[in-house]
Amino acid sequence: MNVMQPIDRIRGGVHEKERHESGHKHVTGTAEYIDDMPEPAGTLHAYLGLSERAHAEILSIDFDAVKTAPGVIGILTAADIPGENDVSPAHKHDDPVFATGMVEFHGQPIFAVIAETRDEARRAAAKVKIEYRDLPHVTDVLEAAAANYPLVIDPLKLERGDIAAGFARAKNIVEGEMRIGGQDHFYLEGHISFAIPGEDDEITVHSSTQHPSETQHMVGQVLGVPANAVTINVRRMGGAFGGKETQANLFAAVAALAAKKYRCAVKIRPDRDDDMTATGKRHDFHVGYKVGFDDDGRIEAVDAVFSARCGFSADLSGPVTDRALFHADNCYFYPHVRLRSRPLKTNTVSNTAFRGFGGPQGMVGGERMIEDVAYALGKDPLEIRKLNFYGGEGRDLTPYHQAVEDNIIGRIIEELETSCDYAARRDEVLAFNQRSSVIKRGIALTPVKFGISFTKTEYNQAGALVHVYSDGSIHLNHGGTEMGQGLYTKVAQVVADEFQVDLHRIKVTATTTGKVPNTSATAASSGSDLNGMAAANAAQQIKARLVTFAAERWGVSENDVAFEPNTVRVGIERIAFSEFIKLAYGSRIQLSAAGFYKTPKIHWNRSEGRGRPFFYYAYGASCSEVSVDTLTGEYQVERTDVLHDVGKSLNPALDIGQVEGAFVQGMGWLTTEELWWDAKGRLRTHAPSTYKIPLASDRPRIFNVKLAEWSVNREETIRRSKAVGEPPFMLPISVLEAISMAAASVAGYRIAPRIDAPATPERVLLCLERLQRAAKNG
Amino acid sequence: MTVDIRNTIRFLLNHRLVELSSVSPVQTLLDFLRLDRNLRGTKEGCAEGDCGACTVLVGRLLDGRLKYESVNACIRFVGSLDGCHVVTVDCLAAPGGPLHPVQQAMVDTHASQCGFCTPGFVMSLYGLWMENPKPSVTEIEKALQGNLCRCTGYAAIIRAAEAVSVIGDLNKDPLVLEREKISKQLEGLKDGKRVVVGDGAERFVLPASVNDLAEIYEAEPKARIVAGSTDVGLWVTKFMRDISPVVHLSHLDELRSISVDETSMTLGAGVSYTQAYPLVTKHFPQLTELWDRIGGQQVRNMGTIGGNIANGSPIGDTPPALIALGASVVLRKGKRRRTVPLESFFIEYGKQDRHPGEFVEAVRIPFLNENARCAVYKITKRLDEDISAVCGAFRLTFDGNGKVSDAVIAYGGMAGTPKRAENAEAALNGAEWTDDTVETAMEALGADYTPLSDWRASADYRLLVAKNLLRRFYLETQGDQPVRLDRKRAV
Repeated sequence: MNVMQPIDRIRGGVHEKERHESGHKHVTGTAEYIDDMPEPAGTLHAYLGLSERAHAEILSIDFDAVKTAPGVIGILTAADIPGENDVSPAHKHDDPVFATGMVEFHGQPIFAVIAETRDEARRAAAKVKIEYRDLPHVTDVLEAAAANYPLVIDPLKLERGDIAAGFARAKNIVEGEMRIGGQDHFYLEGHISFAIPGEDDEITVHSSTQHPSETQHMVGQVLGVPANAVTINVRRMGGAFGGKETQANLFAAVAALAAKKYRCAVKIRPDRDDDMTATGKRHDFHVGYKVGFDDDGRIEAVDAVFSARCGFSADLSGPVTDRALFHADNCYFYPHVRLRSRPLKTNTVSNTAFRGFGGPQGMVGGERMIEDVAYALGKDPLEIRKLNFYGGEGRDLTPYHQAVEDNIIGRIIEELETSCDYAARRDEVLAFNQRSSVIKRGIALTPVKFGISFTKTEYNQAGALVHVYSDGSIHLNHGGTEMGQGLYTKVAQVVADEFQVDLHRIKVTATTTGKVPNTSATAASSGSDLNGMAAANAAQQIKARLVTFAAERWGVSENDVAFEPNTVRVGIERIAFSEFIKLAYGSRIQLSAAGFYKTPKIHWNRSEGRGRPFFYYAYGASCSEVSVDTLTGEYQVERTDVLHDVGKSLNPALDIGQVEGAFVQGMGWLTTEELWWDAKGRLRTHAPSTYKIPLASDRPRIFNVKLAEWSVNREETIRRSKAVGEPPFMLPISVLEAISMAAASVAGYRIAPRIDAPATPERVLLCLERLQRAAKNG
Repeated sequence: MTVDIRNTIRFLLNHRLVELSSVSPVQTLLDFLRLDRNLRGTKEGCAEGDCGACTVLVGRLLDGRLKYESVNACIRFVGSLDGCHVVTVDCLAAPGGPLHPVQQAMVDTHASQCGFCTPGFVMSLYGLWMENPKPSVTEIEKALQGNLCRCTGYAAIIRAAEAVSVIGDLNKDPLVLEREKISKQLEGLKDGKRVVVGDGAERFVLPASVNDLAEIYEAEPKARIVAGSTDVGLWVTKFMRDISPVVHLSHLDELRSISVDETSMTLGAGVSYTQAYPLVTKHFPQLTELWDRIGGQQVRNMGTIGGNIANGSPIGDTPPALIALGASVVLRKGKRRRTVPLESFFIEYGKQDRHPGEFVEAVRIPFLNENARCAVYKITKRLDEDISAVCGAFRLTFDGNGKVSDAVIAYGGMAGTPKRAENAEAALNGAEWTDDTVETAMEALGADYTPLSDWRASADYRLLVAKNLLRRFYLETQGDQPVRLDRKRAV
């Protein structure tokens, strides 16, 4: 046995800027997505037939031309479903796989064609003749309210203090409204499922899903088989962003149905246009608000209603609209507050999860109120923000009665304000606008506070499975899914750190319901928090057995056994890790463990609007400067500075990537990404030719992104890190506000511009016209 | 005329020669790669040439030089590839071997997250690097206009593109090293024959020459002429339209000629935007920004001027500018040619002055009179790779005494065709070039156009911005104050 010199540290441990575990496969095209998997001989292809009406009775369906089309094997309708015709994640039974009798949105699936090739299935599906009787339809949220459309789920009310008294005391009151557009996920890999039938009732589905366990249950529900007959696998997704949290269920169910019916492998992959038409998006919101404040701009009372376009079914609209309310305060203390949600049904596709999950819409509404206060008082909005931050005596309670205990927004803002030279640059912008008549500039610095944890408390649990093989290589599996965020890399870094072995010893394998059961969606930014902890727990169980083994075998105290870089130290002896594992195996030590984690401290009583829904908060801030062309409404982001809090980062390179990516994605949401329905209720922006997500040339011309390196999560999270997926998505609110300031310049900054989102060049120009008219008349 | 006929297409795919005698006229390169050849590194993101996930390089001999260009495999028909070299991501690095410098740079800078768009970015950057080993950030962005990434926010990808210049050695690049060999192979594939694959309606043809094209098309006027397939490709992938029989122009070097005389420039209908770029922007620097913003790089590499005109779209990129410049189009049927002013070529929505069997052979653009000023403004929701909400093109000639002697104004996106603004022109002709005159002309635009509302813009915005573009043009002739955003990227 060798006495080895320890090296100072392992390669690829936590807090290292480790590369994405699939990076080399991404760039060579060898990273396998579901559509790249080899198909077994005889694989069939399914394609959906979609409704061509927004709201109508189906009078008759003529499949003759479909059946006789080349390559067609068969047709699936609701009648072919042995279990339940429902994939509602809210268990409301309002989300049919196939519509029957009535369609409730344009693009709703009615049937599927099964054919020998995808092209044949797709062409055949287009040949159906459906007779409809049109019913009145509503696509817009305010029209839905006016038409007395129902709510898809019970609304939420958050209330604290006495708003009547608050408004009575307020010297100033502003009322306003804002429309906030939705957003298509535009994951580059569209939805796809590939089902392979097994023996008896068994079925395996490769699904591009963020929530394998739910997909498993939904497939089971549709097939009428128990969960133990269904296995869902997902190695990686080509982007998801919430769009594959519930929306994958439909495709998995259809593929599974067809696979069981025709006893062969079946793949389904909609064309991009159909994917965008038939699957849910970020909720559009209308916010009506009233805010009372004193002459300094200190808020006294807030009363706001957040109405959301939920689409035809509940899906996740309940928790989404809840989260909007949870973030309407952002970083600000409202002494008296009432926030209400109105999750309205509409004849549109059922809206769903999307990065931030309603939080961004809530926060945009909250920041709009701050902006209104600032313009009412003729002050820099940043001054109003600072005045209203949580903190100080009796000023730490949120509208949902959770105390903000980890507030670091003051330091973040102070550092960013200094590093980006905000004050001087704002003066410069004001001076520029004095001398430039066509091009105007604007600058804004906005904060973010985002609550971390699923508000559905039971989702805050995770499992992991770690095997150490007798050659010392390690196999890691956990319930989280990889969609590009680098979760597999981070969790592997945690396991490497636990065992103190180089990262390359660890192989992360595809997420599968067969290895780790009852998992939660990889969502709510929780992936590394939950799965990192579960994996650490599994590793610790194995380590504990190994320590006991070593202490017994070498006759030392357990305290004298330590995992050091790629070695295990027993007393004064150092044994190579693989050698040590071989010995442990020889002594019949169990080298496999299932880990588990549940988030502590959290609880939430929705009916009372009270509790601690969040384990902690993640913070950040950004400052953006824009130029606006007042003749056309075109604009560009000249510079953005970001300072973002990820606690003690598990992997700074991946976290910077998340922050940069979220910023640009959020900027797209607030600027050029516009969902547009026509009078017939058809979504007309359903492909990249019509729906414009940011390009490389849209990113800020100067883009300085930094992590708050001093931050350490005060809660005991995995290695004191913080979640990063969603919080930075709200940083680009500074872009919207900077555009707003540039616009305000044409009316002497006296009128709040109130540009709705997304601030397309059209909305900006029409706002400029409005402001110029108002300035002339006023 | 008798021509020899070949009934197969032949092209190089990575390291192999492919010869196909049976291939559908609507077979896309992407499906061929993924389904027929099991080369699954190239991804389908949108199937309409807008996301770039399917980007591959296509090498072809242009003026005797082998040039590789990025193209969208999703809307490129296999039939058009005869005589080309198709390079996919699968062959950039040998299995287990070192990564290509572009790939290595992407890995080093954390430029992939979900990885689905990544092969397309790699190929776009590879295409850029081969042509321009030390690109500026603006040039990198231009090369990436046709590549969407939803994860990274692009910053890391730009860092990768910059890093390639440092870590890569073009002289060691396999395609560069093999340039001569491949050129010879491609030269050998050129046999001057007409290519006909398939029969009946399920058939595509690559004419041997322009004369051959004229003969084929006159005889079969219902055939579909396909040049860059940047629009017709979508008829197949999105609308599942039957476009057979197809006549591909990809063999016709004659249609790719550009000639310049003392008074004008003539572009063959098959000239791609990329090919036209150096000469167009040299002789018409006012078109530079427009040209930089046509589609993405892949679309500019595929799409042709002739296709943009013949297509007849009211929101095509080049027609408003070409109309304002007084361009004319050469139409050919059989052996007969006629020349019509471009503006009268567009009759109404979906209808052009093109007879059955007649095709666009060339477009002639007269040079600007020295007393003329010209500008073209494209207004879109997103700056790059977007279709015009409104495109305004202005050519005003001044008499030397402060008066407008000739105003030509054309807009796209304002009517069913790219259309002149007759009332606004009338308000300007003979008038003093002043603020008041411009105001009057702006108002007159209201009589010229009744635009539509759609997802790109409302009618109100279209008319308002159309008016304001005339003001922008006026202000640009006036002073030194900036009246447009400075699109050049700060360092």
